Amino acid sequence: MHNQQSTPIQKLIQKLAINTGAGRKLSLFQQLGLQLFLGFIAFSVLYPMFWIFSLSINPTNDIRPKELVLIPEGATFDTYVEVIKQPTPNPVSFSRLAFNSFRLSFGTALASVIVGVFAAYAFSRLRFAGRQTLMISVLTVLMLPAIATLPALFVLLNKVVFGAGKDLFNLRNSLLGVGVAVLSGLLPLAIWNLKGYLDTIPKELEEAALIDGCTPNQAFFRVTLPLAVPALAVTGFLGFMSTWSEFVISWQFLTKPEDFTLTMALYGMVGQFAGQTPWSKFAAFAILVALPVSLIYLYLQKYIVGGLALGGVKG
Amino acid sequence: MAEKIQGVFDSAAGGKSIIKKITPFLYILPAFLVMGVITFYPMGYQVWMSFTEYGIKNIRVDAPLPNFVGFKNYINILTTNLGLSSFNFWRTFAFNLWWTFSNVIFHVAFGIAIAVALNTEGLWFKRIYRIIYIIPIIIPQIIIANIFRNFFDPDYGAFNQGLQLVGVLFRLPPEMFHIRWIDQLDYPFPNIPLTLSYFALLITNVWLGWPFMTIIATGALQSIPKELFEAAEIDGATAWQRFWRITLPLLRPAMVPAAVYGIVVTFNLFNLIFFLSAGGPLRQTEILLTVAFRLVNEQRAYGVAAAFSIYVFLILLGLTLLTNYITKATERYDA
Repeated sequence: MHNQQSTPIQKLIQKLAINTGAGRKLSLFQQLGLQLFLGFIAFSVLYPMFWIFSLSINPTNDIRPKELVLIPEGATFDTYVEVIKQPTPNPVSFSRLAFNSFRLSFGTALASVIVGVFAAYAFSRLRFAGRQTLMISVLTVLMLPAIATLPALFVLLNKVVFGAGKDLFNLRNSLLGVGVAVLSGLLPLAIWNLKGYLDTIPKELEEAALIDGCTPNQAFFRVTLPLAVPALAVTGFLGFMSTWSEFVISWQFLTKPEDFTLTMALYGMVGQFAGQTPWSKFAAFAILVALPVSLIYLYLQKYIVGGLALGGVKG
Repeated sequence: MAEKIQGVFDSAAGGKSIIKKITPFLYILPAFLVMGVITFYPMGYQVWMSFTEYGIKNIRVDAPLPNFVGFKNYINILTTNLGLSSFNFWRTFAFNLWWTFSNVIFHVAFGIAIAVALNTEGLWFKRIYRIIYIIPIIIPQIIIANIFRNFFDPDYGAFNQGLQLVGVLFRLPPEMFHIRWIDQLDYPFPNIPLTLSYFALLITNVWLGWPFMTIIATGALQSIPKELFEAAEIDGATAWQRFWRITLPLLRPAMVPAAVYGIVVTFNLFNLIFFLSAGGPLRQTEILLTVAFRLVNEQRAYGVAAAFSIYVFLILLGLTLLTNYITKATERYDA
């Protein structure tokens, strides 16, 4: 940046920037001004990330760091080892919590996409009586945050009970019950997202298949559905992400520590006893929760933007 | 009947009237069966619940049905008779609206400013900036809220320490910046009923919210033909004029729906508030959804919570219709 004349740096810049050279050049003064502005914004975004990383490798576990030292004295990854062994006072391992979160997120995302894609196709391509009304009903549910239907779902699922005594199974107090409640909000979202994607697949492809002798169902299964696979994946991933950080329903429903999710365990660390929060453990735990999903997100980023604009209204 | 049979024969013979008519419903069926059971039925049940005193004693399988109390829950909410100390429905509702609009204005303004800067031709490091700027969107809010709660710590928080550093330049004593961001109850501006925790939440949520607007604005900016700017420049328009006369009007069709979406999301922003200020101090930063959650989770007053949720539903419906109306009204301007 200091010596913009030298060729290796120019080459690097050309690699990093999307379009240089084309059009008129910025004056050095303008360039530096913009770099200062955008660099400051980038710093403000990255600072919390550096902070939490630095905290996670800080050996003085329960004290808040007084200043930002990227690599604190005596830095250690022991906290990560500890967190993976047993993140909370409950006798539950990290892998158990992660498995619960994964089952919940993957199951609801998969169900929402599989059930949703048919309705999305009908809304996108087919004309039928009541289409408008049904679409409005989906949109209305979409607008509602999960908390707005929490009282009824809690009470109703609590009444679904099998067995007795020790083997009593209460749907409310199970991951399956949480999944049902999560799906209740996720399904309209998936329908709406997928409809948006299907609208962008040209109709002509199906029409050509029909002319070639396909039935309408074959046209859907053999032409449109395969083309929609990336859209299904992205919609599923967005649903996965939102359930991965879901808190309200699981916190309200679950009471057995072996059913807890990662978010619940995170909240358990900081919730009501903030004075004694083991901050280094929290930081290491938070990074383990957020990093894998974030990396997948970054990888899928270019496919996701459109979907974000449509969905995600659910809180 | 005769017609239907005829239809079936038709379809068997290659015609498709009946089959064609029921096919759409077969596609719709799975989703609406599922939604009927786990979405629409609970919604209807909740309407009934809202007229009863459904409580902890009614949730067991063999429990008796709760008493029907008519509009009692609805009236108690509006007259603030819920057993929640220092809660006032109207204050929370007003705060919720103010919270929403004050946030979205910053999101849109920052989002556009940063997108315009980022789209400058010949800018270095564009790709790096784009990757960094996505970060606030992808980190779970419980983590962001807890990071910022530490930043707002009166003793060790980054905000107070930063202010102290700046204060030294102006010879201000560091004790001046021992600001209790989260739990100070006095209003920083005596006549404005907003606590410091509101400003802490605002700062955090501005950090959280602008990248989405930047993404939308970037997409819209890239579809504006360069020739427009070149022609304007030849005609002698300054950069400032080009921004107000070309960029902004052409961004409008993309930014208005994004802002509507932002309004709904911010209005419902439960996670950040619950994890950062927990509605405190003394419910000064409580929004409708955090109260709704407390009614279920802490008070276990399911009937009242149901009625409260129906208010939330009606308010959201009104908000959506209103923003839609404004959007439609301004659409003509673009056409």
